[in-house]
Amino acid sequence: MPGSTDVVLSLEIPPRAEFVAVARLVVSTAAKSRRSLADDRVADLTLALSEACTNAIEAHGAKDEVERVTIRVDEDDERLVVTVEDRGPGFDLMELSAHPAVTDPDRLNFERGLGIPIIRNLVDEVTFSSDDSGTTVTMVLHCPPSLGELGPDLLDLDEIDLEAAWDDAGLDEEGSR
Amino acid sequence: MDLGIEVDEARQPFVVVAVRGEVDIATAPKLRETLVELASQGAQKVVVDLEGVDFLDSTGLGVLIGGMKRLRGLDGDLTLVCTQPRILKVFEITGLNRAFTIHETVDAAVAG
Repeated sequence: MPGSTDVVLSLEIPPRAEFVAVARLVVSTAAKSRRSLADDRVADLTLALSEACTNAIEAHGAKDEVERVTIRVDEDDERLVVTVEDRGPGFDLMELSAHPAVTDPDRLNFERGLGIPIIRNLVDEVTFSSDDSGTTVTMVLHCPPSLGELGPDLLDLDEIDLEAAWDDAGLDEEGSR
Repeated sequence: MDLGIEVDEARQPFVVVAVRGEVDIATAPKLRETLVELASQGAQKVVVDLEGVDFLDSTGLGVLIGGMKRLRGLDGDLTLVCTQPRILKVFEITGLNRAFTIHETVDAAVAG
């Protein structure tokens, strides 16, 4: 985990399809508690998480229900970091073939393999590390700290130029990008 | 979590499949079974109404792609009804909004 972050939650799920919805619910609830994160960004993270969990469960295969998929949410003042770790056989990212362009009729031959492009599109940073003991997907959303998270003793509105802070973060008054 | 699927065959030659709930790795097989069954029964023009869908990921996309390929192979087609920005976004970021015909209403889909 780069830098110093606080653990928000750690969750282990059996590698079974019905638990992906549970992971979505738990992680989206944690992300919503970060009040500076707009609803659209929470939805992006939820979809990216679903894709990572789906890949993790497929990596375990139907016969491997003993090992668990681990999901962690960490945060610091600037980032929300979600990690999905499986104990499957791993894969070579370089071997994943790029899909044909959407104008190419061959594109419709690809019913699978859309998950990683979706993850890459939705989060600010993503890293994959994989070996024969498993795969770890680390997804990062950049977000400013919530004012409420600073606590009432630390919060002095007279000292804070809110408009400048939002501008610096590239956000509007509603906290949206 | 269950996936709601209602099949309306009253608007021939179209068959309207209304989907409700979350479409993911756990629930997408039910939608796949419905589309395969319709194709095997001779349905050619299938409209999948996604207005009741709260969540759809790449597993759901894969099922829709498979259904569309199967029906186009039978000289038919699978079109979609969707106006929800969060669901449309999944099609847009994968470029599949250009592969599917996406209507705003079921009426528009069966008029086409």
